[in-house]
Amino acid sequence: MSELPGDLTYTKEHEWLRQEEDGSITIGITDHAQTALGDLVYVELPEVGQEVENGGEMAVVESVKAASDVYAPIGGTVTQVNDALADDPEMINADPYGDGWIVRLQPSGDAGETMDPDAYQAFIYALDE
Amino acid sequence: MLGAIGAGSIDELFDEIPRDLLIKDLDGVPDALSEMEISRLMRARAAEDRGVLCFIGAGAYEHHIPTAVWDIATRGEFYSAYTPYQAEASQGTLQTIYEYQTMITSLTGLDVSNASLYDGASGLAEAALMAVRANRKSKSRRVLLASGVNATYRKVAQAIAGSQGLTFETLPLDAASGITDLNKIKDAGEPPVAVVIQQPSFFGTLEQVDELTDWAHEQGALVIAIANPTSLAVLKAPGHWGAEGADIACGEGQPLGVPLSSGGPYFGIMACKEKIVRQMPGRIVGRTTDLDGTPGFTLTLQAREQHIRRSKATSNICTNQGLMVTAATIHMSLLGYHGLRRVALQSVEQTAKLAGMVSARDGVETAFSAPHFHEVVLRLDRPVGPVLELLAANNILGGLDLTNDYPELGNALLVCATETKTDADLESYAAALDNALQDSQVKSA
Repeated sequence: MSELPGDLTYTKEHEWLRQEEDGSITIGITDHAQTALGDLVYVELPEVGQEVENGGEMAVVESVKAASDVYAPIGGTVTQVNDALADDPEMINADPYGDGWIVRLQPSGDAGETMDPDAYQAFIYALDE
Repeated sequence: MLGAIGAGSIDELFDEIPRDLLIKDLDGVPDALSEMEISRLMRARAAEDRGVLCFIGAGAYEHHIPTAVWDIATRGEFYSAYTPYQAEASQGTLQTIYEYQTMITSLTGLDVSNASLYDGASGLAEAALMAVRANRKSKSRRVLLASGVNATYRKVAQAIAGSQGLTFETLPLDAASGITDLNKIKDAGEPPVAVVIQQPSFFGTLEQVDELTDWAHEQGALVIAIANPTSLAVLKAPGHWGAEGADIACGEGQPLGVPLSSGGPYFGIMACKEKIVRQMPGRIVGRTTDLDGTPGFTLTLQAREQHIRRSKATSNICTNQGLMVTAATIHMSLLGYHGLRRVALQSVEQTAKLAGMVSARDGVETAFSAPHFHEVVLRLDRPVGPVLELLAANNILGGLDLTNDYPELGNALLVCATETKTDADLESYAAALDNALQDSQVKSA
């Protein structure tokens, strides 16, 4: 298990959130999630400008054996999507916390529950047991 | 078995189904028959089809099927209705489907074909739902149909996709030419999510597909082509319509080696541009290599499908019309490009010849001025029904009476003569029509 970046918060749906300086929030899926999915072959991204609700479906990540929804961990408007994933979805496997980011939101609504790195670490250990 | 799974009775097993949804009786379904009784009934029914000359098309077409087609398709190695479970264990079946897909992409001019759907009409419903998923920029659920889309297809699409909020509206027909009136589509209102163009139209006429395609794309709509595969040997492929080409093509595959069989089983063709393939329903076979680098075939892009995506799958179809597709693949292989083209051209020629012969008679005229494929609408000076009955008495199925579905066309009769009709057959038709028109029982009003 690789180390969890300390500047991020995490959800029970295995997404991570990074607070950006301009007030927006960058979202991706965790190393644990990409390992469980296996090699990703496709990412379905939302449209820029799309409104999402906290807990609503925002994107779909598809591997050779499964397809999973990525849920919005906070309500808001999509301001940016990682278009590079269209040609290179495996970037999520290679660098889940960096180049493999998925969506940037300008939050405007409710936020769901998030965990700090230690709490998320404990959460996934508990899942494995 | 109920005991083994811990259910007390069949009713208890199906307990989850709300009571009011259970079907108690099926109206109009007769009592069961023994094997002997049903064999006798089916033989009697089959005998009714023998010895008639069929001039009805309207979506299903009689073509010559080389004997080898069904001889090969019904061999034990091929004889199965569906894509097999454990599909990769049946490499021959997968290769056949792969070859089929390659032929369909080549006919439609599109990038990807699926392994087939149930039939042409349900294929349109699937194509409309696919267009809604693929066209995320459009918030509309409005699907516009060119004037010559088969009325049955519209009904089926409405029945399947209507409950998901899609509406289907038909564009105005130009009564003189028999194609969609391009002057009137400008007032079509709210931009639709998709525009459906059937080529050749239900009336056999050739739509202005380039203009319609470009118009639809300008409005942000996707273009769904309904194509008769025979016609694709001579007409422009949907993938090349207009500046950008149709986005999805569907259609009835029956003309490719499947007998009329009183209406089925048939199969639905579906192909699309690669960029929207993840929204396509149905099975797709891909070519790959195994661990040793040996080429092989596999089901691919399965994350679209029910067994993986569950309720969010692109469709509830999780098989194909395997046997029909096998026959179609063999049929196309035997005919080849030039053979299919000859079938198409011969059919066009026989239909034109028939139209020329009968429209020279008093009381019969061709209804539309636009160019035709292998089907034509005749307009009679009297009601169509009694005339058809007299033709039927001479063992001639004289065409489809359009009066019920298209009362605005008057006494309209849709007639088709494929390559199976000889010049002598056409003369028989013309003579029988002459007799019918002279019969005092069916004099014009």
